[in-house]
Amino acid sequence: MSSGLPRPGVHFMMGNFACVEAAILAGCRFFAGYPITPSSEIFERACVRFPQVGGIAVEMEDEMASVAALIGAAYAGAKAMTATSGPGFSLMMENIGLAFIMEAPIVIVNVQRAGPSTGIPTLIGQGDVMQARWGSHGDIETVVYSPSSVQEFFDLTIKAFNTAERLRTPVIVLADQLVGLMWEKVVIPTAEDVEVVERKIMDPRLLSTRPPFDYSVDVNPMPIVGTGCRVNIDSLTHDERGYPTTSQEISDKMLRYLLGKIRNHARELWMYKEFMTDDAEVVVVAYGSTARSSLNAIKQARARGIKAGLLQLITLWPFPSDVIERLSQRVNALVVPEINFGQLVHPVREYAKCPVINVNWAPGSLIEPHVILDAVEVAAA
Amino acid sequence: MTQVVKAQRHPRDSLLRSERLPHIWCPGCGIGIVMAAYADAIEASGIPPEKHVCISGIGCTGRVSGYMRLDSFHTTHGRAIAFATGLSLVRPDLEVTVISGDGDICTIGGNHLIHAARRNVDINVIMVNNFNYGMTGGQHGGTTPLGAKTYTSPYGNFEAPFNMPYLVAAAGASFVARWTTLHVRQLINAIKRMMSVEGFAFIEVISPCPPTFGEFNNFPEAIDMMEYFRKYSVVDHNADLSKIDIRLQGEPLVVGNFVDRRRPSYQELVQETIRKASGRGESV
Amino acid sequence: MRREIRITGLGGQGAITAGHILGRAAAIYGGKESVVTEGYSPYITGGWSRADVIISDEPIDYPLITKLDVLATMYDEGFVQNLRHVKRGGVIITVKELVKHASQDHKVLPIPAIEVAERLGRRIVANIVILGAIVAVLGTPPLESVEKALADRFPKAVDLNRKAVQQGFSIASELLASVDVLEGG
Repeated sequence: MSSGLPRPGVHFMMGNFACVEAAILAGCRFFAGYPITPSSEIFERACVRFPQVGGIAVEMEDEMASVAALIGAAYAGAKAMTATSGPGFSLMMENIGLAFIMEAPIVIVNVQRAGPSTGIPTLIGQGDVMQARWGSHGDIETVVYSPSSVQEFFDLTIKAFNTAERLRTPVIVLADQLVGLMWEKVVIPTAEDVEVVERKIMDPRLLSTRPPFDYSVDVNPMPIVGTGCRVNIDSLTHDERGYPTTSQEISDKMLRYLLGKIRNHARELWMYKEFMTDDAEVVVVAYGSTARSSLNAIKQARARGIKAGLLQLITLWPFPSDVIERLSQRVNALVVPEINFGQLVHPVREYAKCPVINVNWAPGSLIEPHVILDAVEVAAA
Repeated sequence: MTQVVKAQRHPRDSLLRSERLPHIWCPGCGIGIVMAAYADAIEASGIPPEKHVCISGIGCTGRVSGYMRLDSFHTTHGRAIAFATGLSLVRPDLEVTVISGDGDICTIGGNHLIHAARRNVDINVIMVNNFNYGMTGGQHGGTTPLGAKTYTSPYGNFEAPFNMPYLVAAAGASFVARWTTLHVRQLINAIKRMMSVEGFAFIEVISPCPPTFGEFNNFPEAIDMMEYFRKYSVVDHNADLSKIDIRLQGEPLVVGNFVDRRRPSYQELVQETIRKASGRGESV
Repeated sequence: MRREIRITGLGGQGAITAGHILGRAAAIYGGKESVVTEGYSPYITGGWSRADVIISDEPIDYPLITKLDVLATMYDEGFVQNLRHVKRGGVIITVKELVKHASQDHKVLPIPAIEVAERLGRRIVANIVILGAIVAVLGTPPLESVEKALADRFPKAVDLNRKAVQQGFSIASELLASVDVLEGG
């Protein structure tokens, strides 16, 4: 009888499949989804693989239901995830906000396609970067990781669960069509070698001496249903007992606590890779599949005698402001290529101390290296 | 002479968050009656309170969850059933009840309702139907009778409403009932019954809403609507569900426990799939 | 060194499967890096499909093809449609029975893949014959690594697929010896 866990070792795998294997290793046992190109392989594989490890994978009637089900599952004690693409991501915004205010650790994978609206379902886009951060109404903070390879998709899916559990908050893996559907080598570690974080659970006995929501702490332990906590979990702005309130003072406290969970941990959350930045005069700032075109472009630039480097942002939100600020103080220019008409370039510009050049490419194909190279050459001139 | 009796405690205090009282509901509102019936049914169910979960959406009835001293969730508008589905799949041993209004369950959440009934998700849904959106001040929705006046149907509602028991039974629910806030004992029994049904259980509770729906439709006082219930309600457990739509025009208001049948619940089927698949886990 | 290969065919010919086996062989058994991406015509059935494979000694940055070292086409129009992507001096492998086009600027290796496959008793392994030819042209990954990847994918037809890939490999090797196809490569 097999454990059902992925076999450790070197695999050759589609990104969307690697995401599912990573979720299993991270301890995820609940998937609720709605099919959408180009993320459906994640859902399909979850339907095969989750029951094999005693997990649940179900199809809901829409993406609003999917995320609602995840939050319910999370409060029942499960690690829960879904996967989608642009149109479904739009529908999820409502309950991503709910997960944020309810402090439900869930993972949402968005395999970005070309938009807006139905766009080009089968082709790549990077147009959901701002939506992932600002898409749900009210003040929220999200954690967003962006993979550029199958291995990163695997690693970041595990990371996403760990961050969600640690901070009791929704975490988004912002992949794209290319990373989702390409096949590459991926090294799967043994289960013992995977760092898995488990949420802190509320001990119901403590509730006689402390409120369920202590807004002065870092992250409150989570009351799980059926354990005797009998706590009210509310979508309304709520006080330390979990009861709805219209007090502006409590609203302030609650939001500082919820936002603080991410803002206070921003530095730990920032992930990025640097390539040839030590002596660089021009640095390309890129994420997702675009980082791969950028790496190719800076190598070509180096071959032409331009001191170019690459900063690959893996954590897009909370935005790694200090990283940009520090780097921009020792280079002549930053180049920001995106498969959209200018999204992550805005926070880059906000924190950069040097000129920032945006390179925009219509969704539908991967931005080609020569376009980035041209911009690097202009920046270097 | 009227004598004012000040109660020091409520008999259901252990199940209610009495420190939150008074509640937000208007004088004459029927939601409190439904909440009390739910509390009575919990006590009668024999299932300990910590094994009950109460989930609501948004609206006046959506506030019930917050008043129940249970594991309770006040979710987003229309999504309570989807939320309950996820929770109950992971913990099928818990008794999960969704209590929300007609706007929440039938209108904005209608798709979740019919799909949960189709899947026969083993949860209980109590839908308090007061024929309008009360919390937002009285607008028409998916259950508003034809001709009824609301702020968004000032010349009379021209949309045909859903006949809820007919809809939910057709979608596949295991248990379907309709009662009014006048039928308290029957309501408690029906809620108790739904807690033992394995599958999707649905009760529509017809309720007065004096200040908004009632005000515009000749039921300005709670007693007017209760009087209507008393006068026109007909208990018929075997009613032809296609003929029990509500017009509030003096036609029989058919109530009863209409459907009580056994078919495999969603939770059972999901667990069966896990049994089928487990061990087959090819290490990829 | 970075090598770019496109294998294209019509639905059911197994072009994508051949691409995946090549990528898997290189990445898992050949000590290389590889990326496989797929492409399809907009028609659900009967249209073309293709696998683009990049094999490299180093981590692969840009994961899509730029100029093909090898184009393998299993249908006639695939030759014309993809010719512009083949680099000068690149090699075009064709299914001899199905592809009639020729090119002045490229080395063309017509492989009697259907004949070989039929002789092996299964016309369906024509794609694996072509795969053997691709490996011969590339000189990488080692043939044994491809045989292992084939065995992973088709554990019940190890022998058949080994014969198919070997025969494709030797036919292409002979053709390579007779015409000097690899220049620059």
